[in-house]
Amino acid sequence: MMMSDFAIETDGLTKVYGAGNTEVVAMREVSVGVRRGEIAALLGPSGAGKSTLLTAVGLINPPTSGRISIGGNLVMDGPRPQTNLTAFRLRHLGFVFQKSNLIPFLTALENVLVALELNNVGRRSGRKRAMELLDYLGVAERANNHPSMLSGGQQQRVAVARALANNPSVILADEPTAALDSHRGRQVMDLFRKVAHEQGAAVIVVTHDHRALDVFDTIYEMEDGVVRLSESR
Amino acid sequence: MNLAYKDIRHHFGRFTLTAIGIGLLLMIVMGMGGIYRGLVEEATLLVDAIGADFWVVQNGTRGPFAEVSRVPSNLVHRVAAVPGVSNAREFVFHTIQREHRGKPMRMAVLGLSWPVDKGAWLPLLTGRPLAEGHFEMIADKTLGLSLNESIRLGQETYTVVGITNGMVGSGGDGLAFFTLSDAQAIQFDLPGETVRLERSARQARLVGMDWGATQPNLVDRAASQSSEIPSLGPPQISAVIASIAPGTDLRSVTSILSGWEDVSVHSRQDQIDLLLQGMVDKARRQLGLFSALLTIISAIIMALILYTLTLDKIHDIALLKLIGAPNKVILGLILQQGLVLGSLGYGLAYLIGQKLFPLFPRRVVLTDDDLVRLAFIVLGISVLASLLGIWKALRVTPNEALSG
Repeated sequence: MMMSDFAIETDGLTKVYGAGNTEVVAMREVSVGVRRGEIAALLGPSGAGKSTLLTAVGLINPPTSGRISIGGNLVMDGPRPQTNLTAFRLRHLGFVFQKSNLIPFLTALENVLVALELNNVGRRSGRKRAMELLDYLGVAERANNHPSMLSGGQQQRVAVARALANNPSVILADEPTAALDSHRGRQVMDLFRKVAHEQGAAVIVVTHDHRALDVFDTIYEMEDGVVRLSESR
Repeated sequence: MNLAYKDIRHHFGRFTLTAIGIGLLLMIVMGMGGIYRGLVEEATLLVDAIGADFWVVQNGTRGPFAEVSRVPSNLVHRVAAVPGVSNAREFVFHTIQREHRGKPMRMAVLGLSWPVDKGAWLPLLTGRPLAEGHFEMIADKTLGLSLNESIRLGQETYTVVGITNGMVGSGGDGLAFFTLSDAQAIQFDLPGETVRLERSARQARLVGMDWGATQPNLVDRAASQSSEIPSLGPPQISAVIASIAPGTDLRSVTSILSGWEDVSVHSRQDQIDLLLQGMVDKARRQLGLFSALLTIISAIIMALILYTLTLDKIHDIALLKLIGAPNKVILGLILQQGLVLGSLGYGLAYLIGQKLFPLFPRRVVLTDDDLVRLAFIVLGISVLASLLGIWKALRVTPNEALSG
């Protein structure tokens, strides 16, 4: 068990794909930490290993070696899980992607509600919480619309609401503004900052959008699988 | 939240069309079973309705339904004289095909032992039993004849005085009931030229014999009607049906009759067994095989449909896994859809079948036992069909949610 004040912390994460002549090191000895209430950007060219790092800390792509701790709990020691990852993801992690990734057959409200119900939150209190989140993110009036009826920005807000549903200690966002225009992209980035600072979650955003870097407390740059701290405010 | 219901609600049109497709398929499976039951019921209907305790037929035959049987009509008196026999009746049965209103009409002709039997036991929809010794008939509604309609059969015209419901022969042909003599007249109706040629042949044969030369009046007799020459006349009836007196042991009666070398005796159960094993067995096996194949095909089609529905949801399933849905949630989603699809299909099959089966040319009988058995089979198919989709869904990794 690692104890620290970081919401999420990695220690010497390495990910190697293939073996022998086809071996590719996607991530090399990555050690980063993000505190609660902190929003961190992860920059870097395509193929730098950003998504590998994000999926590793998202507990969906185990590292070859190194350790991952979330909320002070060691959850991955090398490729070996130290807990039930599915249940852990449900309670401690929130995900937002490039595309909104909402479930198409559920309404906006149900998309948020499903995360709560999976965490055994009662139907009535879950509905109240989901509506509060949609209201907080400015899409309450679209609660009963299916994703196909929402704009890209609205869909992304609903996805953020779902990511926040179970009060996760960490939110991981993979290029969340890539499918949005600059105005809506900026709104989403501001939203992440608001979420980090008001909800107290650690937010890690993989982005190519250099116009919104001012919202981040910490900026990491990644190249050839190696992470470097670029800026910390 | 019931994800299966939400998905169905969102894709209601597609799901409904799929359920209708499954329903039609299951209706055919249901119909096959019903046709088999109908065959059995039709085959044994007449034997049950007549209610005789035993049948006396031509020796060595399994008549009169499974094969042709001819016995002399005076056999009825011999049978009636056997101790323990309460009553014996002549029985004539044969099938004819005639043209009626420009369409072929197949009719199973059954002779009633007039005046003892007037057909009062028949389930009449309308009309009355036979009231005259000649030129009246009772027809089943499947023959398409109407009350008081006249139809020419052979040399005579017969009037429909009663209409029965559900009285068909083992071949599915509607039954028509006549007096015994009318049924015989229809059976032995020969063209005039045939009769004349036969008389001439008889005369010629007799003239060539000593009898013809020494007794010329015999030549004149030979030229008269066949029925007036008992020794040359053909057997006149198909069988004798008889009942035993209350308290009499059937075996003791049939053991006496079994000693007669010109006839065979079949009990009612023997007759039913002969019909089922001889006439219906191949059809039963054929229908059974076809039903089994259809059931397998239904299972494969349902499996492919559920697999396709699962493939359509792969990204959603990966997403659910990513946000923390355990496998049982995914399994429940697919299994519930499989069960809903199977249940809807079964319900539709039943409802459509109720409307459609009565229009079939042969009877389709849906028994409660068969319906319950099919319901369990559909339940099994639904679960089995879901397994392929479940197998695919369980192999989906949360990573796939990130791939677009």
